[in-house]
Amino acid sequence: MKELNRRDFIKTTTATSAGVVTIASGITLTTYAARPKESDPVTNEKRWGMLIDTNKLTESNIDDMVNACQEEHGWGNETHSTGDQKAGWIKKVKVKDKATERISNLALMCQHCEEPPCVDVCPTNASMKREDGIVLVDRHLCIGCRYCMMACPYDARSFVHETLTDQKTHMPRGKGTVEACTMCVHKVDKGEAPACVASVNSDAVVFGDLYDPTSKINQTLKKVQSTQIRADLNLNTGVRYSGI
Amino acid sequence: MSIIRYEQTQGKSLGFYAFIAGLGAFILAALAGVYYMEHNGHHVTGMSNRIVWGLPHVFALFLIVAASGALNVASIASVFQKKIYKPLSRLSGLVALALLAGGLMVLVLDLGRPDRLIVAMTEYNFNSIFAWNIILYNGFFAIVGVYLWMMFERRMNKYSRTVGIAAFTWRLILTTGTGSIFGFLVARQAYDAVMMAPMFVIMSFAFGLAFFILILMASYKWTERQLGDAIVNRLSNLLGVFVAAVLYFVAVYHVGNLYLAENSGVENFFLVDGGIYTQLFWYGQIILGSLVPLALLYSPATRGNRTMLGLASVLIIIGGLVQLYVIIIGGQAYPMELFPGKEILEGYGGIAAYTPTLAELMLGLGGIAVSLIAVTYLIKFLPFLPESLADDVADPHHKG
Repeated sequence: MKELNRRDFIKTTTATSAGVVTIASGITLTTYAARPKESDPVTNEKRWGMLIDTNKLTESNIDDMVNACQEEHGWGNETHSTGDQKAGWIKKVKVKDKATERISNLALMCQHCEEPPCVDVCPTNASMKREDGIVLVDRHLCIGCRYCMMACPYDARSFVHETLTDQKTHMPRGKGTVEACTMCVHKVDKGEAPACVASVNSDAVVFGDLYDPTSKINQTLKKVQSTQIRADLNLNTGVRYSGI
Repeated sequence: MSIIRYEQTQGKSLGFYAFIAGLGAFILAALAGVYYMEHNGHHVTGMSNRIVWGLPHVFALFLIVAASGALNVASIASVFQKKIYKPLSRLSGLVALALLAGGLMVLVLDLGRPDRLIVAMTEYNFNSIFAWNIILYNGFFAIVGVYLWMMFERRMNKYSRTVGIAAFTWRLILTTGTGSIFGFLVARQAYDAVMMAPMFVIMSFAFGLAFFILILMASYKWTERQLGDAIVNRLSNLLGVFVAAVLYFVAVYHVGNLYLAENSGVENFFLVDGGIYTQLFWYGQIILGSLVPLALLYSPATRGNRTMLGLASVLIIIGGLVQLYVIIIGGQAYPMELFPGKEILEGYGGIAAYTPTLAELMLGLGGIAVSLIAVTYLIKFLPFLPESLADDVADPHHKG
């Protein structure tokens, strides 16, 4: 083996370092370039939606959904906020028909409207709707004016009332900004179902592309009677319910 | 009618510095409150996810509404050519700008992220009534600023009517915009009414004029200048008309709502069994803020009495704050109708609780202090006030 002199040493290490850089930047490039391969680019050819069948959904199912959401996104551990100040991305709602006294239980979260009032009123475009129908808050643009919370007909949004620690890396949250159900966009983009949907073992909650005629949600919606909460507002929600 | 001479106030007396110091203390308290709320987060306030806009918004919107109303005195002079109001035009413009500045300060400092104000100035969603309002507020500063310049600069005087018309139009749009913040919230039963916009315009007339009268009378009294009855009595009559007009709009709003079955619940809440909100509505807004001032302004026993006019103006301001409290807080406290025809047993509903905190109150009062300190200082440095508004100076038809 050839003895390594000073000049060769410098040459070799330089080449190696350059290689690392190349590999590193290659990795970076691959990471960005690979995303569209994992899931299709966000287009308006898809519309993500959810169908919740309250006849099949049990109360413990709803508790599981709430817990799964909390675990996935890390909300609900606020220590200083009290009562209505606590975050609530999804909640259990029990309703009784005034005439028949029939009781239904359902999970209520952001309904991912096609015409979202929160997006209309947001002064800074922080509230936005993706092409595929998922309604999100850009926490870098949110100034914390809470106008979206005034406008939302579903009480679906929460304002962060305190400093937070130990946040999930995929779901940064911030004091003074507004947040809500993201339909687990980080999972959906990887081809997975939202956490709450995955937590229910029966077909009480179906998730999928509303536009795709081969999807289960599309086919089920064609068969069963379903409704939108406050359908009279013409917001065309992405979350639908049957049995209420 | 003699020539109107404008003169700065001296601003050297002990009283002047005591007044400034008092206002300064309120502003410091407001800043301390803001630091406390922003450092800890809004959990230290009475606000929540149900009552998202609290007491600071009540003060902020009150001041913004009053700001556009304070400009009316100048508009009556330049747009409607009523000469007797002309000497008051400069002060009218100043009070308008000062009230707007105070209101905006409160609004911005109550944001979750006031440090991101630059985002609000650079990212516009033109569908948002809030975004329009940001443009309308900035435009108001610019137009009224130019308007004041036209009035101050003698060779520009000839343009003051044109700019005055522009300013008058702008302020009508501005208050319409402020009212529309609420008018188009379809989900909230207390708000979803186009009526909100014109009602806010009329409210602005009354609140703005009440502020203007108080500032006018105080500044003339404290600087020992003459202020004749000719002007004061006219302003007093005008104030009464505006207060009556607000009452009319409030009546139409509630009676109109009662007619629709879907709104009977929310109307019942405001008018009959809404606890604190019902009490505030009847005792605060209607009796103390409207009927008592009307009696003070028009009853033969108190009519023409400056102290009573001052008292009426203070009551109108308090009544106005109460009115906005009932609209803003009460309107949020009443739950949205999520499931028409169904009763919600769990998960949402009920009247949301709200107890304002001291920090919120101090922020709101700080906004008023900012407005007053701006007026007090600027009339010292620029000739806003005529040196005399005695009847023979101010009133062209005065028989002396």
